[in-house]
Amino acid sequence: MTRPEFVGLLLSSIARLITGAQGHWYGSPPKAEQRIYFANHQSHFDWVLIWASLPHDLRAQTRPIAARDYWTSSPLKHWITREVFNAVYVSRIRTEDEDPLEPLVEALRNGDSLVIFPEGTRGNKGEPQAFKAGLYHLAEQFPGVQLIPTWIDNVQRVMPKGEVVPVPILCSVTFGAPMTLAPGEEKRTFLDRARSAVMALSKVAA
Amino acid sequence: MGALRQLTVTQQVGLLFVIIFGLLAIVTGLAFARSLRELSPEMAELTERFRRELRAVWIGTVLFWVAWASGAFVATLLFALMSFLALREFITLTHTRRGDHRALLAAFFVVLPAQYFLAGTRHFDLFTVFIPVYAFAALPILAALGNDATRFLERTAKIQWGTMVCIYGMSHAPALLLLDFEGYQERGAFLVLYLVLVVACAQGVQALASRRVRARPVARQIDRTFSWRAFVIGALGGGLVGGLLYWITPFKPAQSLLIGFIASGCGTLGSLVMQALKRDAGVRRWGNRASVTGAVGLLDRVAPLAFAAPVFFHSVRWYFDA
Repeated sequence: MTRPEFVGLLLSSIARLITGAQGHWYGSPPKAEQRIYFANHQSHFDWVLIWASLPHDLRAQTRPIAARDYWTSSPLKHWITREVFNAVYVSRIRTEDEDPLEPLVEALRNGDSLVIFPEGTRGNKGEPQAFKAGLYHLAEQFPGVQLIPTWIDNVQRVMPKGEVVPVPILCSVTFGAPMTLAPGEEKRTFLDRARSAVMALSKVAA
Repeated sequence: MGALRQLTVTQQVGLLFVIIFGLLAIVTGLAFARSLRELSPEMAELTERFRRELRAVWIGTVLFWVAWASGAFVATLLFALMSFLALREFITLTHTRRGDHRALLAAFFVVLPAQYFLAGTRHFDLFTVFIPVYAFAALPILAALGNDATRFLERTAKIQWGTMVCIYGMSHAPALLLLDFEGYQERGAFLVLYLVLVVACAQGVQALASRRVRARPVARQIDRTFSWRAFVIGALGGGLVGGLLYWITPFKPAQSLLIGFIASGCGTLGSLVMQALKRDAGVRRWGNRASVTGAVGLLDRVAPLAFAAPVFFHSVRWYFDA
């Protein structure tokens, strides 16, 4: 076992011990297909929770998105995101000639699956905020990739914004049925539909 | 049965485990044979439930066997882990708020390890008062510092209650393991086994009795099957098993019967209290089927033990002046 594999195992065991990290699959079985999981975002813990609730085989090819400036700022952060999670780095600073989605497109071309949080930032209310357009553009460019709505339940209680140490509370991750971009669908309509697909899962989870 | 007292400690425990595993194997075999027959859907559902319970009993027995085989230290750790998982489930079911974060952290990562450390190092005087006195004062202070007055009493009460049942109650099982009194050194494992067996049997007998005996439920809103008659039958069953097991305990047969009866009573009443709690939290059925929140029904299973263990521990300690 290499060191990144070991750290990965350690992190997922901690996540399981603290939250149970239960994955529930409604409408999409856990399969090694290329997918974009899009989820509500409430805490820094979200990614680890999704990752830990995926079956072991899917973890290697499912990648998170990490902000380049923050996650490469120290050697440890850089090592964990690069070696353990195999993160896709994006820069938060916008430049004129660069498409911020470029690294994501690149990863999808390579056949990897992604986990994205289309709200952009962490919300602290129960309902997710309006989705940003990135999901729409990816869906447009990669019609063959399954879009899986994902609802993370209870995690805001584990680690509220501003706290560092997680409290052990059981959480669940619910994966819904894949959705697709309808031909000629408006950007806003699609994003709202995606958001309500995520929110619909919260009722399944309750 | 007097001859059994002449055996060495290891022989006695070995014998006990052989008996338990043998009984379990027979029951499992019978259940399997039964499952081969064609059953009505209602019976099939019942058989399925029975098989789930049986699986839990198997897991529990193997756990206890591992705990006994690997010594007091590992056993204490195992119980601490059980405590942790039970408290996690309990806190999941209650509605805590942001301001409780620090108090919860203290409960999980300070009070729990400290309590098991006290048990493991045999500081039984501090062990007995640590949570009721010190944690009782500390947890609401931390919650108050969280600067949130909404439903303050309700929130702190819930955290304290969870701490009492899941940490304080459970920690008495390894404490029994480590309890030493005259003429009975190094044999605490028997007391734990005795307690677990007695409580488990009482639960089983009560469940059977409530199916066979027609009686008015005492608290219909909480549990439709709980009646005084079934309760007494269950506690008597537990007491009887306790009496039969007297040779592994420091008690005389009559004492063993009485203590078994008390422990069983506490256990079954404890599970009634848990039933009330889950009704309140809106959980309809726990038992092995994982609900979506991930509550796997551990709390249900350990509640009788968590209620019976402190009473048992203190009555034994008080009686034998250990």
